[in-house]
Amino acid sequence: MAGQSDPHLSLFSAEEVEFMAEDEMVEIVPNMRMDPLNLLCGDYGPFFPQMVTQVPVWLAIALKKRGKCTIRPPEWMSVESLTRILESERESQDSFQVLPFHYVEISRLLIDHARDDIPDIYMVRSLVEDIRDVRFHKIETSLESFEDARSSAVRIKNLSAMEVNIVRPFVGRALQAFYKHGSPDLVPNPDKVPNRWQPAADPVQKRPLRKR
Amino acid sequence: MASGDGEGEGSVSGDIDDLESLISTTDVERLKRAWRQEKAAPEIFQFEAALIQRIKEQIQLMEETVEDFAESGIDPLTVSLYQMDLDRTQFLLRSYLRIRLQKIEKYMFHILNTDELFNRLSREEKSFAERCSNDLKMHLDENILSKLPDNYQSLLKQSIISEETDMVPKPQLDTFVVCKTKYYLGHIQLEDINNGNTDDRVNQRPLEEPFEMEPNVLYFVRYKPIKKLVEGGKIDLY
Repeated sequence: MAGQSDPHLSLFSAEEVEFMAEDEMVEIVPNMRMDPLNLLCGDYGPFFPQMVTQVPVWLAIALKKRGKCTIRPPEWMSVESLTRILESERESQDSFQVLPFHYVEISRLLIDHARDDIPDIYMVRSLVEDIRDVRFHKIETSLESFEDARSSAVRIKNLSAMEVNIVRPFVGRALQAFYKHGSPDLVPNPDKVPNRWQPAADPVQKRPLRKR
Repeated sequence: MASGDGEGEGSVSGDIDDLESLISTTDVERLKRAWRQEKAAPEIFQFEAALIQRIKEQIQLMEETVEDFAESGIDPLTVSLYQMDLDRTQFLLRSYLRIRLQKIEKYMFHILNTDELFNRLSREEKSFAERCSNDLKMHLDENILSKLPDNYQSLLKQSIISEETDMVPKPQLDTFVVCKTKYYLGHIQLEDINNGNTDDRVNQRPLEEPFEMEPNVLYFVRYKPIKKLVEGGKIDLY
């Protein structure tokens, strides 16, 4: 195997990605009065019944769980918007539609915790799932074209946080392997492929004693 | 900021962004960024001493506030929300410190042998690295190395004829990272122009076009060429 960094060191768990998503803002309609909250992560409120206000997702869910507010699902989570996105995703094979960076986590959190605030929830849920599937299929297909990636940089426009996190271990290592071995199609003679990688580059691999 | 030649035309508006984010960003937001960078990068970064100090003070203050709340009979809901906010911040702080300790544990000999890296550690981390490496060294010496033939007793080298410290785990700077920038960054040189390997073999690798990074687009990029830009805060890792 090509030298690789320890995946445990450099990866985010799904929970950590969700943790980051919980700081995204969402609109709520409180049904009670509460003084402003001067939290470490920012100041929110004051809260008045029926007055729309913006709070982070984690705060919205905490209030929702106690029946203190309703959550207003973001515009992109409506059936119309999701249908449109799904169609466009299906139409264009090479590009990804613009969705919030944390769309997977936010839709999941809201569907799990605020089901009665989302109109047509079953429709919404299945649309989100379809979008995820279509996009993921596209990601997998586009991975095949990495074969001729002779670059040290690959553009992944509009990929979302969760999608990035899922493909990161594989894509990262594949690109690293491509890089290490140079571009074989540009250096046709395998004997000429230089072995410019110092032994120290991969201590794990070098544990067996070298022949001298 | 050690941004080098990586700046393009977008830098003017970029500076305004910087100013705005300086005013509106909370320390928690900064901590979250530092945590994300530290998690995503193969190398250890400069310890955010001032930020961590401020965060610790804020956490302490908030702990006292929450205690006061609980005693003065404030609405339990409010108290629990403050507590949640506190928990989230503490998680970030612990995770930040922990990921650094993991890196130190893994690369301690490399860090101890490299002044630039060692100076990035906090005082506590420095003493941790030293104690940890001493313990490991003693353990390995006593139990393994002293029982090996003479030529193989070095902790840092495979054998006495090794030219370099080839038993020292080093961070893989060739790791590909996911990153994004707020700026337009032109002319990023993706090849290692001077990596100490100046023999003619380097020229056999086809030279790549200098790489341009558009604002707000994600890329997989090899870490080494963008290292300076990441350290200078021009590129964020995800």
